[in-house]
Amino acid sequence: MTVQTERPPSGPVDVVKPGGPDSGGPGPRAAARLGAFAPYLLLLPACAATVLLLGWPLLKDVLLSFQNLNMAQLIQHVTEWNGVDNYKEVLTGEDFWRVTLRSILFTAANVVLIMVLGTLVGLLLARLGRRMRVTLMIGLVLAWAMPVVAATTVYQWLFAQRFGVVNWVLDKLGWHSMADYSWTSSQMSTFFVVTVLIVWMSIPFVAINLYAATTTIPGELYEAAALDGAGAWRSFTTVTLPFLRPFLYATTFLEIIWVFKAFVQVFTINGGGPDRLTEILPVYAYIEGVGNQHYGMGAAIAVLTILILLALTAYYLRIVLKQEEDEL
Amino acid sequence: MKRSLFGRLWPNVTAVVLFIGCVFPVYWMFATAFKPTGDIISEDPVWFPTDVTLEHFRTATDADHFWTFVTNSLTVTVLAVVFSLIIALAGSFALARMRFKGRRGFVVGFMVAQMAPWEVMIIAMYMIVRDASMLNSLVPLTAFYMMMILPFTILTLRGFVAAVPRELEEAAMVDGCTRVQAFRRVILPLLAPGLMSTSMFGFITAWNELPLVLVLNKDIEAQTLPLWLTSFQSVFGNDWGATMAASSLFAIPILILFVFLQRRAVSGLTAGAVKG
Repeated sequence: MTVQTERPPSGPVDVVKPGGPDSGGPGPRAAARLGAFAPYLLLLPACAATVLLLGWPLLKDVLLSFQNLNMAQLIQHVTEWNGVDNYKEVLTGEDFWRVTLRSILFTAANVVLIMVLGTLVGLLLARLGRRMRVTLMIGLVLAWAMPVVAATTVYQWLFAQRFGVVNWVLDKLGWHSMADYSWTSSQMSTFFVVTVLIVWMSIPFVAINLYAATTTIPGELYEAAALDGAGAWRSFTTVTLPFLRPFLYATTFLEIIWVFKAFVQVFTINGGGPDRLTEILPVYAYIEGVGNQHYGMGAAIAVLTILILLALTAYYLRIVLKQEEDEL
Repeated sequence: MKRSLFGRLWPNVTAVVLFIGCVFPVYWMFATAFKPTGDIISEDPVWFPTDVTLEHFRTATDADHFWTFVTNSLTVTVLAVVFSLIIALAGSFALARMRFKGRRGFVVGFMVAQMAPWEVMIIAMYMIVRDASMLNSLVPLTAFYMMMILPFTILTLRGFVAAVPRELEEAAMVDGCTRVQAFRRVILPLLAPGLMSTSMFGFITAWNELPLVLVLNKDIEAQTLPLWLTSFQSVFGNDWGATMAASSLFAIPILILFVFLQRRAVSGLTAGAVKG
């Protein structure tokens, strides 16, 4: 689902000084000592869970990537360290680079489509009358709410070779060779279906948030622009766009990260096929590691993918943190 | 004159087209699920089903282990959400209301954790769970799902806690409440809407999760609905009616939740996503 990475609703973050007259408790000194530890105690369960359930798998992934771990070693429970062999094999092989390039192109195409279309829909929302806007919002929310796994089965049905609606429409439009077209038979057509699915699922998030952002632009700015003789296009480029820029930056990075690890959509539509031609990095790691039972290799691919994602995340967080400096 | 009519018309026409584009796949899922098989496999699509049948839903619910999957999915999802809410409530209170060394670091840490690439970590998670002899169990699944939604829950709740006026809490403490009592009697009731929408997104994430259960639970008794839905086609072949009925059954709880809480969800999200 595409709603994991929201910033919390902004509001004044008031700070209560621990140990002050307002902290209650028995004696002032005991209270002060308790007050100093209280925040850490309150955060302890969350931190423990993070270390155990997130930190450990990450560390384990790194450790596995330095091991020769195939089916035999897995069954016999033996640990064979093999240094950087996995990395050497992955990085000198052709496959990894081909899949990486494919992942980058796939992500770029999707994110460009999502951002451009999402922005246009968002601006359209701002332009519509109230009734029409609510109607379109309902449609967007419905597409947004659709669970990923259900959406992928529906798209398989829409693009089905026999009795699929898409093929029927193309046939009726005069494209008769498409009447019985199998969308999963080639690399490009599979990517096309996955892209339509991802763009369909992702536009609502961008559009609705962008619309909300435009409502926060002070009207005086437009009035001032109009007084200065700015037309519709000029007031868009000088008022709307600069105002939305931080939001657009942050959203673009979120979408890059989300699309880059779009395992479920790619895997369920065609399993990375045909002939492993639509594997993107997370799917490649899974198929090499779990599918072909080269767990060490798979872990090495996973570590490399995680490094790419970490770099993207660091950049994203820098944008976000710069915006909310005052709120932290 | 003509131009202004066009100027008024095109946004609405575009909006209608977009609305259809958004809604059609969802509509088609339900329409196919209720159509008799003859209408599904017809040369020309039947756009509006006239005969309605529940046959496909019966096929889906009569499928082997269907109720096991429903029970598993509900158990795992609800437990993950409840645990993460409890853990997050404590942490978010500290982050929103207390001043201490490293607070900013904790917030940034949870932001990083929120972006964790779970899809790529499944091999390591498989090894950990296997070494603990816990494959085909709902326990590791619940624990990891809890962790997947925990950072989001903490960060979102932190905003909701911060939004509760501090004066209310102080007033309660002046009236003789301890800090814990003030939290329970004043802040917690006011947090209810925040808890609702936060848990909704946690629910959606856990309900949808596929890669981990795909790797961990090969035993059919320990599988969940997403896994069942993706393997449905291999079991039922080209029975699109049953497949769409299964998808509908899977999607309905989420769609209802979303529509039910939509206003609050969207305004809460947008308030969070945009600096206002």
